[in-house]
Amino acid sequence: MQTSLIASLRTPRGLVTTALLLVLALLPLLTQALDQRYLLLVGTRIVIWSIAAASLNMILGYGGLVSFGHAAFFGIGGYTVGILSANGINSGWIQWPAAVAIAGVWAALIGALSLRTRGVYFIMITLAFAQLVYYLGSGLEAYGGDDGLNIGRSRFSGLIDLRDKASFYWLCFALLLATLWFSSRLVNSRFGYVLRGAKSNELRMTALGFPIFRYRLAAFAIAGAFGALAGILLANEGAYISPAMMSWVKSGDLIVIVVLGGMGALFGPLYGAIGFFAVEEFLKPLLDLLHKGWGEYWQIVFGPLLVMVALYAQGGIDSLLGRRHG
Amino acid sequence: MAEPLLSAQGLVKRFGGLLATDNVSIEVMPGEIHALIGPNGAGKTTLVSQLTGNLRPDSGSIRFAGRDVTRLPLHARVRLGLARSFQITAVLRDFTALDNVALAVQAHDGHSFRFLADVRADRRLRDSARRGLEAVGLQARAETLASALSHGEQRQLEIAMALAGEPRLLLLDEPMAGMGPEESQRLVGMLRNLKSRCGMLLIEHDMDAVFALADRITVLVYGRAIASGTPDQIRGNAQVRQAYLGEEVA
Repeated sequence: MQTSLIASLRTPRGLVTTALLLVLALLPLLTQALDQRYLLLVGTRIVIWSIAAASLNMILGYGGLVSFGHAAFFGIGGYTVGILSANGINSGWIQWPAAVAIAGVWAALIGALSLRTRGVYFIMITLAFAQLVYYLGSGLEAYGGDDGLNIGRSRFSGLIDLRDKASFYWLCFALLLATLWFSSRLVNSRFGYVLRGAKSNELRMTALGFPIFRYRLAAFAIAGAFGALAGILLANEGAYISPAMMSWVKSGDLIVIVVLGGMGALFGPLYGAIGFFAVEEFLKPLLDLLHKGWGEYWQIVFGPLLVMVALYAQGGIDSLLGRRHG
Repeated sequence: MAEPLLSAQGLVKRFGGLLATDNVSIEVMPGEIHALIGPNGAGKTTLVSQLTGNLRPDSGSIRFAGRDVTRLPLHARVRLGLARSFQITAVLRDFTALDNVALAVQAHDGHSFRFLADVRADRRLRDSARRGLEAVGLQARAETLASALSHGEQRQLEIAMALAGEPRLLLLDEPMAGMGPEESQRLVGMLRNLKSRCGMLLIEHDMDAVFALADRITVLVYGRAIASGTPDQIRGNAQVRQAYLGEEVA
């Protein structure tokens, strides 16, 4: 179960990952040189969604906890920034830690209830809590209700200007690297081994003397906090928040990304996000090329594609890059 | 006389209309191997589950290491020194043999809210786990995934994991199940060596193993303890012969 952050260059996985990170690191320069500004926006979204997927991967991929409400943390992150900004508090030094803290506490609260259930019940209860947050957001008439709200971007005392597309992208990319670094340390720590052991055999871990519930709860809170980080970035990307960012469809998309990329693979969330957005961006025009108007129905093709991944490539895109060690 | 390590008094457990444990009392002394035998469906596993804390008895009390543990959850009993190896082999299949034992060691080494340090570079866990594998003769298979081990090896791994916390009492639920005669014999030798380290409650169908190892035997039939005594006493007990041993001998 080798999951070191700096992959060996001698393996296909190492080569692909290194090349990918290099392209991502230079993306603002590349898109400028190619005069493809739009690609930078897509890249920014991929990076932000990768952070969210990486946070979900911590509990879903390594912990086996199928949380179907992870987009709620997008919302909590985004709305904390938006509401503070609408009330004149624009400092990111205040907004960001507040958003992460609120999401962590909320995750701990709902985790304390949902982690007492298993299987389908866990899926349904996490979905229910996410819907609760969703309707709370759409009920906030003062903050745009269903229509959402234009907000000012976070300010960091002149240190970085989030309106600048390239700077903002690099910030997101740096935060993605930080998230992946933390995630790689986490899953190989004592804590991570308990989490992964509980996924492998919960009863045995309990019999060994591990109070599994506490560890899962902590993992849930950590994942929620990182999910909020992605929400903060999403709100700053478009300078806009709306309940749509935390609809159950987005929670589903996050699960799809994690599964597509490879559950419990360190870079799986990144592969998954790239795959997901590539399909969304290219499948539509491709289908339209075949027959005008077919692009509308790209999900008819995407759905079966996912079923194929679930049936034949359970390790997701990551497994196509060769076996993982041990 | 020394205080028993484990003492269960008057345990009763019902599942609907079925009386699975009918007023059973059982004791294990320090350094003793107490065997629990009985035909299939006698309620042996139900009884053990109450001792470990997987099930809560409807009435009766359990004392372990001088404390009333009747209402303590499983993981708290484990911390007091109660370890269990399972009837159905229950190792962590996606982990290597060494990782399995290292996790068992970790379970007894304080809390695991340590988020950053690499567990595979943790000398305390690794060294202790390697010694555990040596104790059961699995050192050569340290880096093999548990799912790739043979049935007998998985059993040995189970016991290494159960021993990792240096338990005071080991509950062995049919350790010989599915083993060939040669493997069983090796395990009997191993368990005999471990007797100096901890008391054991042994549930086993293999009568050769039971009579070779046990200091005391309790016979369970239909949830009731019909006899308890030394191997010789049990062998000579007419009721036991009729209810249980008779079936097997005949």
